[in-house]
Amino acid sequence: MAAFLLEVGVEEIPDWMIEPALAELNTRFEKLLDNERLGGRVEWVDATPRRLVLRASGLAAAQADSKELVTGPPKSAGTGAAQGFARKMGTTVEQLSTVSTDKGEYFSFEKQTKGRSAAAILSDSLAGIITSLYFPKTMYWTGKGGVRFIRPIRWIVALLDDAVVPFEIAGVKSGAATRGHRVVGIAGPIDVTIDTYEARLRENFVLVRASERRARIAAGLGNDVEPDPALLNTLVYLTEWPTPIRGSFDASYLELPKEILTTVMRHHQRYFSVLDARGALAPEFVAVTNTDGDPDGLIRQGNERVLRARFNDARFFWQVDQQKKLADRLDDLKKVTFQAKLEKPTYFDKTQRVVALAGVLAAEVASSTVDQQALARAATLAKTDLVTSMVKEFTELQGVVGGLYAAAQGEPRAVSDAIYDHYRPASMEDVIPRTIEGQILSIADKLDTLSECFRVGLIPSGSGDPFALRRAAQGVIKILFESRLRIDVIAHAGADRNLIDFLNERISYYLREVKRFPYDEVNAAMAVPGPVWLADLEDRIAALHNVRATPDFELLAVSFKRIKNILKQAQLEHAPEIAEAILAPGPERGLFDAYRRVGERLAGHADYQRKLEAIASLRPEVDLFFDKILVNDPDEKIRQNRLALLSCLLTEFSRIADFSEIVPKTPQAA
Amino acid sequence: MDCFQDTIFKLKRYWADRGAIIQEPYDVEVGAGTMAPETFLRVLGPKPYKVAYVQPSRRPADGRYGENPNRLYKHQQLQVILKPTPDDVLDQYMGSLAAIGIDLKKHDIKFEEDNWESPTLGAWGIGWQVMLDGLEITQLTYFQQCGGMDLDLVPAELTYGLERIVAFLQGVESVYDIEWAPGFRYSDVRLAEEEQFSVYNFELADAAYLWQAFDANEREAQRLIDAFRGLVKAKQDVNRFPVLAAYDHVLKCSHLFNLLDSRGAISVTERVDMIARVRKLAVGVAGAWVKQQARNPAEKEVA
Repeated sequence: MAAFLLEVGVEEIPDWMIEPALAELNTRFEKLLDNERLGGRVEWVDATPRRLVLRASGLAAAQADSKELVTGPPKSAGTGAAQGFARKMGTTVEQLSTVSTDKGEYFSFEKQTKGRSAAAILSDSLAGIITSLYFPKTMYWTGKGGVRFIRPIRWIVALLDDAVVPFEIAGVKSGAATRGHRVVGIAGPIDVTIDTYEARLRENFVLVRASERRARIAAGLGNDVEPDPALLNTLVYLTEWPTPIRGSFDASYLELPKEILTTVMRHHQRYFSVLDARGALAPEFVAVTNTDGDPDGLIRQGNERVLRARFNDARFFWQVDQQKKLADRLDDLKKVTFQAKLEKPTYFDKTQRVVALAGVLAAEVASSTVDQQALARAATLAKTDLVTSMVKEFTELQGVVGGLYAAAQGEPRAVSDAIYDHYRPASMEDVIPRTIEGQILSIADKLDTLSECFRVGLIPSGSGDPFALRRAAQGVIKILFESRLRIDVIAHAGADRNLIDFLNERISYYLREVKRFPYDEVNAAMAVPGPVWLADLEDRIAALHNVRATPDFELLAVSFKRIKNILKQAQLEHAPEIAEAILAPGPERGLFDAYRRVGERLAGHADYQRKLEAIASLRPEVDLFFDKILVNDPDEKIRQNRLALLSCLLTEFSRIADFSEIVPKTPQAA
Repeated sequence: MDCFQDTIFKLKRYWADRGAIIQEPYDVEVGAGTMAPETFLRVLGPKPYKVAYVQPSRRPADGRYGENPNRLYKHQQLQVILKPTPDDVLDQYMGSLAAIGIDLKKHDIKFEEDNWESPTLGAWGIGWQVMLDGLEITQLTYFQQCGGMDLDLVPAELTYGLERIVAFLQGVESVYDIEWAPGFRYSDVRLAEEEQFSVYNFELADAAYLWQAFDANEREAQRLIDAFRGLVKAKQDVNRFPVLAAYDHVLKCSHLFNLLDSRGAISVTERVDMIARVRKLAVGVAGAWVKQQARNPAEKEVA
C-alpha cells in the first residue's frame, strides 16, 4: 500500500476559485483510482494561494493482473485464419484452444494482461487531470497554443512513497522539491518527502491547511471584531502565513455613515471592522497580513496611512456631493446608460418608467398604508446617487448612498428608507426592503429591468445572464412572497410570452427549492387561471399539501384527471347549462346534489384547507357516478347534460388547484 | 531617503541590469503606459523584447485641480515589458522592490486578482494588483490579446505607480509633498499643470474643436490603414509604410475622446460608438504592424 502526494505550485490563484478547484481535483483523482483499480483513497485536498495539494493513501503498487478469454475465427476458417489470430494475440497456433458455441467451434486464447504499475498510471494521467481542472477564466503563458491554467505553473511535487512520479506540464517537470513562503521562507527549492512535507513548509512559513490558517486568523481577531465569514474565507485563501494586526484611525471619521466606513474597510481594504462595547463602530480595524508579524509597526502604519487616504476621499466625496441635492441631479441621469440597446436607454428614461409603474403598483395594492407621495418621490430620486462621486467610487453602495443623502437633505424618512433599500434583496439570503414603499419601489425597478431587457431580446440563457435578470426576478418574487402584497406579477409581464415563462419558472423554482413543496403540488396550484398573487398561491399549495395526505384526496385527483380527459375528447365549445330536469335519479342526481352542497360550502369564508376538504368529500359521489353511469349516452341531450355537469364540477372545484396535475404517490390510486 | 528621481533611476538601473532597453517616454498623449507603441506594438508578433520606460499618463477625468492628495490628472507610470515572460518574473519583480529600499521581510505583500482589459485597444490580460501594506503599488499583467489578436509570446507587463510608491517610501500623506529632487517638491514641479489642465479639461476645452480634431485624426489614421491594405493587396512593398504614424493618430483620437468625456460632451449613445471607432483603428494598426513585421526579413529569421 503506497502513499501519494501531489502539489501543484502555481503563481497566486484568485482566492475565490480555490475551493471549487480542490473539490474537482479530489473527485477526478478518486475517479482515476477507481477506474484504474488502484484502490486507496484521497486523505485530503488543501491549498494556499500558491499550491493545490492532494494527499492519498492505500494505493496498490500495481493493478491486479487480468485474464480474458478472446474468441477468434471459427475453426472451419482453417490454419491461415488461426495463424492470423495467434499473431494478433502475440502467441503461436499451438497455444490456442477452442471453444464450442451454438454456432460451432471457435479458436480462442486466454489473454493475460499484466497489471500496470501505479507509478506508470499516475505518470500518464496526472498532467491531464491537472490541466483539465475547471477555472472561470484561464490563461496561457508559454506562447500561443500553449497549456491553459488559472495562473502559470512553476513547480510540481509528485511522490508515490519515496519515488517521484514523472510527468511534465508546460515544461515544468515533477519532482520532490517545494517552495516556501515568498518572502519569509528560504529562497529556492526545498526537498521534501511525503512525511516531511507539511513540517518543512511550516518551517518556511506556509500553513498548507486552510483550517490552520483560519484558526490562526481567528485567534488573532479579538472578540470585538465584527464577524464576517466571507471576508475570513477570502483572507484564508489570500495568505500562506496569516498574521492579524490591529490598527486605528482618527475618531473624527466616525461622523461618516457606518455603511461607508465598513465598505471601505471590508470591500476595499479587506479589513475587519471593530465594535465598541455598545455595538457601535470603533475607530479600529484588523488587517490580516501574509507574513510573520510586524515588530516595528511598519505594516500597521502603512495600512493606517492607506485607510486614512481612503477615508479622506470618502469625506471629500460626501462634502462635494452635498453641494448638489439629489433632486437637482435628475438631468444628469440623461448621461448614464441603463441599457444601450433600448430606444430610451438612460437612467433618466428608466426613472420615468419606474415612477409610473410604482404608481400603478401602489393602486393595485390598494392599501391605505402606502404613502403614495413618498413612493413617487423615492422613485424619482432612486437612481440619482449614480451621479454622485461617492457611488462612482464605491459602486456597491448604490441605493444606500442615495438613502443616506436623501435623509441628510431633509427628505422624509419614508422616502430615504425606500431609496436605501430599493436594490434589496441582493440575493436569496438577503432581506427584503423594510417598508411597503421600499418594497413597491424595488419591485417596480426590477420589473422595469426585466420587461425592458426581454423586450429587446436580452434574455438569460443557460449559464449566461450578464444583466442579472434571474436575480431581479428572484428579488421580485421573494418580496411578493414575504410581503404578501397583492400584485399580479404575471399581468405586468404584458403579452411577453418569454417573460411570462421566465417568471413562472422562477416562481416554481422558489416554491420547490426554497419552500420545499413537491413539484406536482406546485404545478397544480400554478395551473389555476386568473391573477397570480404569490402569497395566495403559497397558501393554496400549503392547503393542498396538507389535504393531500387524506385518503380521499389522491383518488379524487385521479377522477379529476379522468373528467378532464373526457371533456377534452368531447371538445365542448362553451360551458353548457345543467338541465336539472333531465338528471336521472340515482348516481347522476347524487353527484349534482353533492356539487350543489359542496358549492355552497365553498361560498363561505372557509380557508383553503377547509375548502379542499369539502371538495375531497365529493369522492364517493364521483366514484359512484363513474361506476354506474355512461357519460356517452346514445341520447345526445343526456350526453350533453352529463358533460355539462362534469364541466361545472371541474371549473368550480379547480380554483384552488388543478388536481389533474397531481401525480399519485400510491400506485393503486392510479 | 531617496527622492522621486532617485527611485526612478534605481528602477531603471535594475531593469537595465536584467537586459531591458531603457526607453524615454512617448511624446504623444496616452492614458496609460500600455498605449505607448513600445508596449502596444512591441507585444505583437514573435520577436522577443524587453523594455522599461517612465510614461506620463493623462486621464483628464481624474483631475482634481491639485486639491486631492492622491488623485492626479497626469501621473507617472514605470512600465516594464518582458517578452516572453521569464519563469521567475515574480521573483524579479520582488527584487525590484528590494532595489528601491523596501525591506520585504518587514512588510506585507499580497498578489490580488486583477485582470486588465482595454476595450479601445482590443487588449486584455490576466494578472494581479500588488498590495504593499494595503496599498496598491503595481499592476502585473500577462498579456493575452492585443489589437484583437492572440499574442505569439506572452509578455509580462509591470506597471509601477510611481507617485504612490514614492509617497510610501518617503512617508508622506500627499503626493504633492513628495520630494522630487533635493529642494524641490512634487508640487513645485507639477501643481500648476494639475490646476491648469483641470480647468481646461473640465471647463474651458472647446467641445466643437475637440470633435473636429477627433474626426480629423480618425480620418487620417483610417486613410493610412486603408492605404496599407491597398498596398498589401497589390503585393507592393510595405517595409517603409508609416504604420507608426497611423498609430500616433489613433493615440490622438483616444486622448481627444478622454477630453470630450471629462468635458461632459459625450452622450450615452455616442460613447459606445466612439469606443468602437477607436478600437477599430487600433485593431487596424495592430494588424498592419504584424503584417509589416512579418515581411521584414530580419524578423523572419527570428520567427
